[in-house]
Amino acid sequence: MNKGKKITQQQLFLPVVCVLLVLAVNIFYDVSQGNEFYNFFKITLTNDVLQGRLINILNRGSEVAILAIGMTLVVSASAGTDISVGSVMSLCASFCCMLVAGYGVSSVSSPDEFAMPLVVGLLGALVMGLVCGAFNGALVAYLNIQPMVATLILWSAARAIGLLLCNNLIVYVRDDTFGLFGGYLGPIPTPILIAAVCVAATSLVLKKTALGMYVQSVGINKRASRIAGLNSQKIIFLCYLICGLCAGIAGIVASSRITSADSNNIGLNMELDAILAVALGGNSLGGGKFSLAGSIIGAYTIQAITTTMYNLGVSTEVAPVFKAVVVIVIVAIQAPPVRAWFKKRAAAKAVQKGVASV
Amino acid sequence: MKKLFSLLLASALALSLGACGGSTTSESTGSAATSEAATSEAATSEAAESTPAEGEASGDLITVGFAQVGHESDWRTASTKSAQDIFSEANGYNLLFNDADNDSAAQLEAVRGFIQQGVDYIIIDPIVATGWDTVLTECEDAGIPVIVIDRTIDDSDKYVSWVGSNFKDEGLACGEWLKAYADAKGITEINALVIEGSTGASATIGRTEGFKEVADKYGWNILDSQSGDFTEAGGQEVMESFCQSYAGQFNVVICQNDNEAFGAMTAMDTAGVTYGVDGDVIIVSFDANKPALQEVMEGNLNANFECNPMAAPFVEEIIQQLEAGETPEKEIYMEESWFVAEDIAGESITVNGVEQPLVVVTQEVLDARPY
Repeated sequence: MNKGKKITQQQLFLPVVCVLLVLAVNIFYDVSQGNEFYNFFKITLTNDVLQGRLINILNRGSEVAILAIGMTLVVSASAGTDISVGSVMSLCASFCCMLVAGYGVSSVSSPDEFAMPLVVGLLGALVMGLVCGAFNGALVAYLNIQPMVATLILWSAARAIGLLLCNNLIVYVRDDTFGLFGGYLGPIPTPILIAAVCVAATSLVLKKTALGMYVQSVGINKRASRIAGLNSQKIIFLCYLICGLCAGIAGIVASSRITSADSNNIGLNMELDAILAVALGGNSLGGGKFSLAGSIIGAYTIQAITTTMYNLGVSTEVAPVFKAVVVIVIVAIQAPPVRAWFKKRAAAKAVQKGVASV
Repeated sequence: MKKLFSLLLASALALSLGACGGSTTSESTGSAATSEAATSEAATSEAAESTPAEGEASGDLITVGFAQVGHESDWRTASTKSAQDIFSEANGYNLLFNDADNDSAAQLEAVRGFIQQGVDYIIIDPIVATGWDTVLTECEDAGIPVIVIDRTIDDSDKYVSWVGSNFKDEGLACGEWLKAYADAKGITEINALVIEGSTGASATIGRTEGFKEVADKYGWNILDSQSGDFTEAGGQEVMESFCQSYAGQFNVVICQNDNEAFGAMTAMDTAGVTYGVDGDVIIVSFDANKPALQEVMEGNLNANFECNPMAAPFVEEIIQQLEAGETPEKEIYMEESWFVAEDIAGESITVNGVEQPLVVVTQEVLDARPY
């Protein structure tokens, strides 16, 4: 009894319940369709690679999960969101492919045609991500511009710069090595591994150093933190820098999936998914305390909803409506008044039980 | 130091933002428009033949204003290039080109700008279908004929002609070809999956309607139809899901544009489904861009139905008719080709009573394609 109470009181309890609820819908659907109830959860090794809906969720949700890492830190430290990540993804992808293919070239298909080695392109994309992050960070941390306004600049400009870099074309880099980052490493989809490494590295840094605490403290009260001896500006700047880097990594994954830089469509509206992931993870968008694990679960919840829509065969025109309803329900479940009501009810029950046992 | 750095960064990006947002109106000459010399040369000489000594006859250049949608795809770029090649100074034209970057308000302003500049003709590829009556009335008052290309204008008929594609015919052609192909191959049962384009786009609606009409006629089974948003990533994700939902149940995949087809092919590779000429699944695409025709030639795509971006030659013809005092037709559908990988389905198909040849893609066909 005591133990059960503890679980329900944990911060991650509700996000986990929500993702399980979404997945559970598929069991009902499969049973009603006469399939095995575990149809949705079946993972097979076909054609030498792991396949199944769960793998799809983990695979396709990788970009948002990677973005959610940076977004969580940004939200926590600066009580604002970085709305430029989707555009920055596109810019990094374009920059990478432009470096590899050469300016103005629309298609290369083997390493002999590369203008520069692939490594240069990949590093270029990461550096571009860092530069964009630094730009946003500088505006927010040192010039004290509202995060949404500061990142609005790159939100509109980054995609356009990417298009200019690509000479308004879709640049194809049809090379297997480049395709590896969005394809398969052995039997496992590479994006899953990349996301896992990013999450592991970030949580390790947050655990082993005091950075996590610093970020939270700056988010809760910037001034008090500064008086207490923290360099608030530097910490906020660092968070945006990490967010930019995450966008760069996500950009590489997204463009590697299609072995091309589709500047108009890569990362389109993904900033909103990343923000939603942070919110679904039970984090306050007002900054301060954060849970990285929550955001990651939130990211996969979004993909779980999308994949469920595919499984249910919901037509594309009405899918956004269903999605919206699911999101509203999840957010409502996690709203403070609802949480408080659950808590009160649990307390009342406990009291009743106490009375009964007496 | 850091502050200085951040300021520098800020100003640099602000500048580049300004550069992007700024008006892209530019006077384009024949030489400036060339990016592939051979292609434009071919197009220019073709156009020159159709308008013999046009420049000498009228003495001075005909000024044409072109309000383009933007530059969002290879198709759009081809459309722009077609106009720049045809309306060159060598052909007796002076082209004022405006790229509205998908901003409909900016496009309206661009058209007003053309009126003020006193151009002879205005070409519009309207970003949105409505809200045009006022500005078209202004054009009429100024005595400037307007020619609409590609997309349509619904709330005004104050334009001379519309030139574009018949998307429904493309869908019908796809269906009729599939019928002939399946008969030739001895396939009796068709179980099709459709990867649609962006929801609500006229190309999506037309192609879906056309194919569905044929499918209903022959009693084919359309298992599922989902939107891939005309993107490679979208096509990949939808096909990945299809491969799991309908494993082993489908033998036809219809992709409503080339990018979606690329994505679908990757997804089928991953799932171990074979496609194309030697595969289990017949895969068909629309648009017929060069990279996709390459796939048709290699037998990875069974067929590809063109959506012609080269409206400029047709527009030029209209302008010539107007110059000669004739009245052009109100609606002009562009000629489009149907490309196939094998010639076993016969040499032509009949759509809406019009017989059109099936073009088997060879290296020569590919080399002759301008985009």
